[in-house]
Amino acid sequence: MTVLCLVELDGDGPAEPSLRALTFARRLAGPAGVTAVAFGMGAPGSPGPAGSPGPAGSPGPAGGPLAAEVSAYGAADIYAVTAGRLAGYAPQAWARALAALIGETSATAVVAAGTDRGSEVLAHLGAITGLPMAANCTSASRGADGSYRLVRHRWAGSLLEDAVLETAPALLTVAVDAVTAEPVRAAGGSVSAAESLPAGGSVSADGSMSAAGSLPAGGSVPAGGSVPAQVHDYQAELDEADLLVVARESAERSAGVSLASARVVVGGGRGVGGPEGFGPLEELAGLLGGVVGVSRVVTSQGWRPHRQQVGQTGTRISPELYLACGISGAIQHMAGCLSAKHIIAVNTDPDAPIISHADYAVIGDLNQVIPALVAALRARAGSS
Amino acid sequence: MEIAVCVKRIPMVGGKIVVTADGQGVDTRMSGFTVSPHEECAIEEAVQLTQRLGGSVSVLTLGPPEAADQLRDALALGASRAVLLETDGAEWGPIATAEAIAEQALRRAAGPEGPYDLLLFGNEAADTGGYQVAVRVAHALGLPCVTGIKNIEITDDRASASREYRGTEELFDLPLPAVISVKEGINLPRYPSLPGRLRAKRAPIERYPVQRRDDGLRTTGLRVPAGEHRRADVLGNGPDAVPALVRLLDELGVLS
Repeated sequence: MTVLCLVELDGDGPAEPSLRALTFARRLAGPAGVTAVAFGMGAPGSPGPAGSPGPAGSPGPAGGPLAAEVSAYGAADIYAVTAGRLAGYAPQAWARALAALIGETSATAVVAAGTDRGSEVLAHLGAITGLPMAANCTSASRGADGSYRLVRHRWAGSLLEDAVLETAPALLTVAVDAVTAEPVRAAGGSVSAAESLPAGGSVSADGSMSAAGSLPAGGSVPAGGSVPAQVHDYQAELDEADLLVVARESAERSAGVSLASARVVVGGGRGVGGPEGFGPLEELAGLLGGVVGVSRVVTSQGWRPHRQQVGQTGTRISPELYLACGISGAIQHMAGCLSAKHIIAVNTDPDAPIISHADYAVIGDLNQVIPALVAALRARAGSS
Repeated sequence: MEIAVCVKRIPMVGGKIVVTADGQGVDTRMSGFTVSPHEECAIEEAVQLTQRLGGSVSVLTLGPPEAADQLRDALALGASRAVLLETDGAEWGPIATAEAIAEQALRRAAGPEGPYDLLLFGNEAADTGGYQVAVRVAHALGLPCVTGIKNIEITDDRASASREYRGTEELFDLPLPAVISVKEGINLPRYPSLPGRLRAKRAPIERYPVQRRDDGLRTTGLRVPAGEHRRADVLGNGPDAVPALVRLLDELGVLS
């Protein structure tokens, strides 16, 4: 059984969300069942210009870092897609190439990370093929009758949906918050019974194999990891309409610590009281080497810009510490901080929903607690 | 410029989602209803675009008869026409939903008003999170499409649209007519005015019955993830809790 996995690039290598998608795809396909598909790698086996088809299976130089990394995550083959006019990201063109590759490889599933691009390309693929697409899956297994049992996110992960997908190939995006990237061979890993079984069907014949979380970490397959994936050039045949929408990337990068990757986030909600109330939170964030994030009510009121919103429709954060101040803990907000390692809530209401999501709480008014905390931290820094 | 905005009626869940006893749906007996945050922004964007460029906004939904409430909310904000593709209340999948919306767009295009120049959607519905209706509608109508958009500029017969991509901006240029799905943050939605509300109350709603069909993805049950409900250790009350809070921050290793 072959599972195609769309691999988005970050520089020369695979982007982190795609490593999670590869992990998910491997658990669905079994060893040697995953075929990675990457776009815009340049032409492996150069000197020819981009788009010149090279011999299948030649590991060209451009395939080097990518091939090594996707092999570590269990892909046996990579299709490096090129097309004469395909430069940059073109959602419909990428989907058209994937549709052709389903035929080429007799794939039984196509998997992509649930990123902006992954979701968009698989939606196009669904429209092109007329097949259903299941977004943000946390696990998938194939039953004896060829149908798929899925678990997927609703409400951005606040609710789980169990579903059966009756058509093949399955088009699935992966809830990247819910799946950890795991290479095939971890340090000192032994051969895992589950992963060393032959391809997919037998693992999931009873439909009981859950892709996420049920396999032991550090499983290893003899063939995986050490043998680089075979790189196949693939020239996509595209219609004019497939290239109507092509991305141009602007050069400028946003400066400063990004909310998404901050180690500490100090959150402010309705309890802050107004746009002028954020000073102490900013000060605390500065002392902790973190940034300020806010709830949706704060951005809807125009107190702070939307780029600071933590939540289902804002930024997903995964800090060591999230200090949520004056935030009630609506579903919309909690979906954005499910990955926080520790949550401390400061809230006047001991029965606020945030209290049942937090590890620790201070019951009180943030407008008194936070200035006192800032003062204590300053005093501590001064005395040391 | 004729713009259609497609919205979906969803429950306002607040702080907690309760699943019905049969595990097949969300218990909405105690909740109000709204549209997804991204869709509120799609309505606002359509209203702003027509205020700048002329034309009108039609708001479109597929749902039960009560979804007329969400259409009236959009009318109060500045949409001038409302279309309800009326169901019996059962949940529809994205394929069937997109087909019904595309049919409606074609019905309108064939009439005296002609086709929409732009169809706006939210990037994904807050409840089912399918991420695909806009794209499927675009394919059914043979129109270019881009999703997740945070800025739209219209010049003549083209739209330029941009979104975030790993700390940079990704730019797209589309010929109109086109389909675009937007994300919250593209604008700050206005609140309805009193005259707007009064106008919306009296406005007619076009209703078309639609027949559901299966998509191939069948929901067997819904559940709240395990381990979701812990209970915080209370460190103390008010500023008196600060010493305990400082000790905790130190233990967590966030004090340099």
